[in-house]
Order: sequence, then structure tokens, then C-alpha cells
Amino acid sequence: MAEVLVYVDHVDGAVRKPTLELLTLARRIGEPVAVSLGSGAENTASTLAEHGAVRVLTADAPEFADYLVVPKVDAVQAAYEAVSPSAVLFPSSAEGKEIAARLAVRIGSGIITDAVDLEAGVEGPVATQSVFAAAFTTKSRVSKGTPVITVKPNSAAVEAAPAAGAVEPLTVSFSDKATGTKVVSRTPRESTGRPELTEAAIVVSGGRGVGGAENFPVVEALADSLGAAVGASRAAVDAGWYPHTNQVGQTGKTVSPQLYVAAGISGAIQHRAGMQTSKTIVAVNKDAEAPIFDLVDYGVVGDLFEVVPQLTEEVKSRKG
Amino acid sequence: MSLRIVVCVKYVPDATGDRHFAEDLTVDRDDVDGLLSELDEYAVEQALQIADEADDAEITVLTVGPEDAKDALRKALSMGADKAVHVEDDDLHGTDALGTSLVLAKAIEKTGYDLVVCGMASTDGTMGVLPAMLAERLGVPQVSLLSEVSVEDGTVKGRRDGDTATEQLEASLPAVVSVTDQSGEARYPSFKGIMAAKKKPVESWDLEDLEIESDEVGLEGAWTAVDGATERPARTAGTIVKDEGEGGKQLAEFLAGQKFI
Ligand SMILES: Cc1cc2nc3c(=O)[nH]c(=O)nc-3n(C[C@H](O)[C@H](O)[C@H](O)COP(=O)(O)OP(=O)(O)OC[C@H]3O[C@@H](n4cnc5c(N)ncnc54)[C@H](O)[C@@H]3O)c2cc1C
Repeated sequence: MAEVLVYVDHVDGAVRKPTLELLTLARRIGEPVAVSLGSGAENTASTLAEHGAVRVLTADAPEFADYLVVPKVDAVQAAYEAVSPSAVLFPSSAEGKEIAARLAVRIGSGIITDAVDLEAGVEGPVATQSVFAAAFTTKSRVSKGTPVITVKPNSAAVEAAPAAGAVEPLTVSFSDKATGTKVVSRTPRESTGRPELTEAAIVVSGGRGVGGAENFPVVEALADSLGAAVGASRAAVDAGWYPHTNQVGQTGKTVSPQLYVAAGISGAIQHRAGMQTSKTIVAVNKDAEAPIFDLVDYGVVGDLFEVVPQLTEEVKSRKG
Repeated sequence: MSLRIVVCVKYVPDATGDRHFAEDLTVDRDDVDGLLSELDEYAVEQALQIADEADDAEITVLTVGPEDAKDALRKALSMGADKAVHVEDDDLHGTDALGTSLVLAKAIEKTGYDLVVCGMASTDGTMGVLPAMLAERLGVPQVSLLSEVSVEDGTVKGRRDGDTATEQLEASLPAVVSVTDQSGEARYPSFKGIMAAKKKPVESWDLEDLEIESDEVGLEGAWTAVDGATERPARTAGTIVKDEGEGGKQLAEFLAGQKFI
């Protein structure tokens, strides 16, 4: 069976969940060969093997951390040339998309971004995408070259599928462009202890209706009672009430959880773009005409400062 | 020497309109009003601020798109850009990201540049791959997804807020940068700006001007193919209740019924 290259997103050897989802999709179209770069790369091998990687190509060099994107493009290109895969898959992270974009130019291949599903097809892998703020679903494929496809988080289940996962060092010679953009400093984001927004089964988001940073604990308390991640609308982020990393929508994160709770969010098209594909949607909004109510499975017209704390108490008491 | 800035902008169908596909599965650009992609306004804004800081700078706005795309150029000119380039050719219909990056790269080279500024993504295609592709094609550093950017002594610096970390980046010019919607509100064109824009030069180039063969672009030349597009079924109408003091409990009841609690 043809081999499929899978780019591994990891933090110091801890593989992030979207990569495991990629392995599930990769197995549908071939045999996954993982490419794991940077510090801790070798430590990713056992997890990758458990989820279907037949081989794990690893490389570490200071360039991966010290310069933006291009060293990784050089490495993935080296892996591409060594493996001659039938497709190359990346997680749809900012970096994943950029590496994919440059690789596509280099190898003269078409690129599809933000797939939400992937299947084998007669003319190569068929990607499902959700477009126009999730109003349409399209099926596309790469018609020239080796398909380069980036996949959104939560697009497939993580499945155990033990494979050899043999670690093989990858030889990379960096191009003269590799050191073009220097990473002068890097400040890791502090962990909140809450689930990752794009990976969470439940997301509770607050919008302009929350009224201020000092009120966001109301949203956080509900999130914590449900074991959920916290999201925010751009209005709340722009007002400085919540960090941009938590923004849901077109210019923030796309989430597709089992349950999405919108509190004090009107439901503008750009917000919907980031949450419309959630399984179950509920909202609390004091305006009965708010467009968010067109999307909900259950909606409460009312003041979030009354409804949300009551809900939180009820969740806590039911959970005991 | 003057700092030559090229801002790449896209003319997109209004996101609040009823966007759909044409029969050939390209984005229908006829039935929905178009405008300068809001995310590219941030790019124009940052270019203007960089130009203000420079001793001497000239901003060219560049777009690839149909006749109407001139509206996007006019808007950018009325915000304060100096001149515009419109790449227009019937053979461009249906061009995908790789093809577009080829056309833009050739046009940027023909224009001459020290700094290319892009928005973070288009509001219709939303791929966000063009800045990286342009840097690759032009062979210059990519300094992308910046929420803060400045240029000094031939060096571009910026802050990139990523998923797991915030990074400070630095590269020598010439370079390609992209800016996010966190980079600062874009200015509104003033009346004076709108009047002045009418007199600013807009050049039109076609594929021949850029020495690009028509089979390298367009639907035929595309590296990707869309085989189908279906409208997502409308969500079935849910239950809406008015809070009469028990709204939180009612919602809890619903969530319990769905096994979330
Ligand atoms: C290019 C572009 C990209 C964008 N990207 C994004 C994005 O990624 N994400 C995003 O969210 N937006 C995005 N936006 C902005 C978007 O258009 C909206 O402006 C934004 O989503 C509005 O946020 P909101 O719903 O919190 O605020 P509003 O629209 O002001 O709505 C606030 C809601 O809270 C309700 N409310 C007020 N007080 C209470 C209360 N006490 N109890 C209950 N309800 C209350 C009100 O009835 C109202 O419906 C983008 C816009 C553009 C142009």
C-alpha cells in the first residue's frame, strides 16, 4: 500500500490530538509515515506507533526552533523525497498550513486546506470542506501532483491501531532561505488547566453580553462545572475581556464540539463560521431576535447573569 | 531610498450576503455585492503606518480579480495608498491558490518591492496560505500572522501570537509579512481621501504583461478540483423558552436529557 506522510504537531514530544486524528484519516488512504521534528521528536514515536504510524522519521536541529517555518519545510521536503508518498497531510494549525503551502509550491502540487473529512477516491483522496461560514459542504481533490492536505481538529476519531512505528533519522540539509526569519524570543502560553478549545467536547463561550472582564468568571464557572473549554466572541476579545487565543470564529478558532453554549453572543456570520458545525448548540441571550437562536437546539431568552449561574448550580448539584 | 511597499488585497463577496457557488463550482461573484476583504483592510492600515514612520515610502495596492475588483483598489487608495495595480484576464477565472500566488508573485516582481504586506486570509476562501506561498516564490523571508509590526533600518520586526506561544520575529528586507485582525483597527477613508483616490493611477496588467501562459492558471490550470458543493441543511428549529426565573434549570433539564450532565 502507498505511504502517506503525516506531519506531527507536538510540544516537546507530547503529540497533540489533531495529529492522532490525522493518523486515523491517513490509514484510510494508505500507510502512515510520520515526520516528527524538533526537540523531543523521538519521544513522539511510541504514541504515533500506537495510532498506526508504520515509520517515524525524526530530525532535530536548533534551526527548527530558532527560525520560522522554512527549516521545517526543508525537512518535510526531504521526507517527501525519501518516501515518495501518495499524499502529505498536515494539521490545520497556523504553522501546519504555512509549511503545507510552501511545500505545495516546491513540489508543484495542489493544496487543500481545512478539510473536515478525507476518503479514498478513484482519482486520489477526496476532501470534504465546510465553506462560506459552514453554509456549504464541498468535496474536492488535488488534480496535479501529490495531494497536500491540511485537516481541521476534530475531523476524525482517535483510534488505536498498533503499528511498527520504527524510528528512522531523517537527514535534512537546510536551504539558504531557512534562516531568513529569526525567532528572537518565544513566550509559551500559560496553561489554564482547562481543555484545549479546539479539542474540547464542550465549549462555553461568552460575548459582549458578558459586559466586562470582571464578569467572565460567570462563564468560566459554567465551563468548569461541565469540564468545558472557554471561548469568546471577537467583541469580547476586542474589548480586552478575554485572550485572543480563546476567540471562536472566522479569525479565531473553529470548534466543533458535542455541545456549544453561547452566552451573550448575537450569532454574527463570522462567529457562526467558527461554531456552526457543533453537534448541539444552546444559547442564552436577552434578545429573542438574536440570530444565534436560529441555530440552537435549545435557547433561553433571558439575562445571562440570572440564567447561567442557575444552570451552573444545577449542573453541580446533579453531578453531586 | 524610498521604501517600496506592495499590499496584496482581495475583492470578495460580502460575507453577510447569501454566498453560493456558480454552475462551474467557482465562487459566484455576480449575485452578491463585493468589497475589499475586511482582513485586507488591516494590511492596508499597517502599510500606511509603516509608510508614515519611514522617511520616504510608496504604497502600491495589488489585486488579481475581475473588473469589479477595482472597487477594492479604490477603497485602499482612498485609505491612503499611492497607486494600484489590477491584474485582470478572462483566463484567470477559476484560478486556485497556487495559481494566484504565481500571478501575484510575478506582479510584485514587476512592480518592484522592499516589503509585501498581506492580510491573514481572505474572508471567502479563508485558506490563509498566500503569504507563505508568496515568500516561497519570491525567495524572501516570511514574517507572518503578526499582531504587531514595525520596520526600521531595513529590518522588519513583529509579534506572532501562536497557539502555544507568542513569538517575536525579525527578518531583513525584502520580506513578505501578513497581519492579523489584532494588529489594529483600520482607518475609514476621509472625504479628502476619497476625492484624492479618484486621481491616483491604477494600472491594468494581463497575463501577457506578466509572461504567464494561460494554461498555468484558471480552472483548467488549477491544481485542485471541486467535484461537488451541497448546501448544509438548515438546523432543525430548536426549543426556545423565555426565562421566568427557571431558565437555568430548564436548560439543565435539556442538557441532562442529552446526557451532557
Ligand atoms: C473580517 C471579520 C472577522 C471577524 N471574525 C470574528 C470571529 O472570529 N469571531 C467572532 O465572534 N466575531 C468575529 N467578527 C465580528 C462579528 O461580526 C461580530 O461583531 C461579533 O461576533 C459580535 O460579538 P458578540 O455576539 O459578542 O456581540 P454583539 O453582536 O454585540 O452581541 C451581544 C449579544 O449579547 C446579548 N446580551 C447583552 N447583554 C446580555 C445579558 N445580560 N444577558 C444575555 N444576553 C445579553 C445581546 O442581546 C446581543 O445579542 C468578525 C468580523 C469581521 C468583519
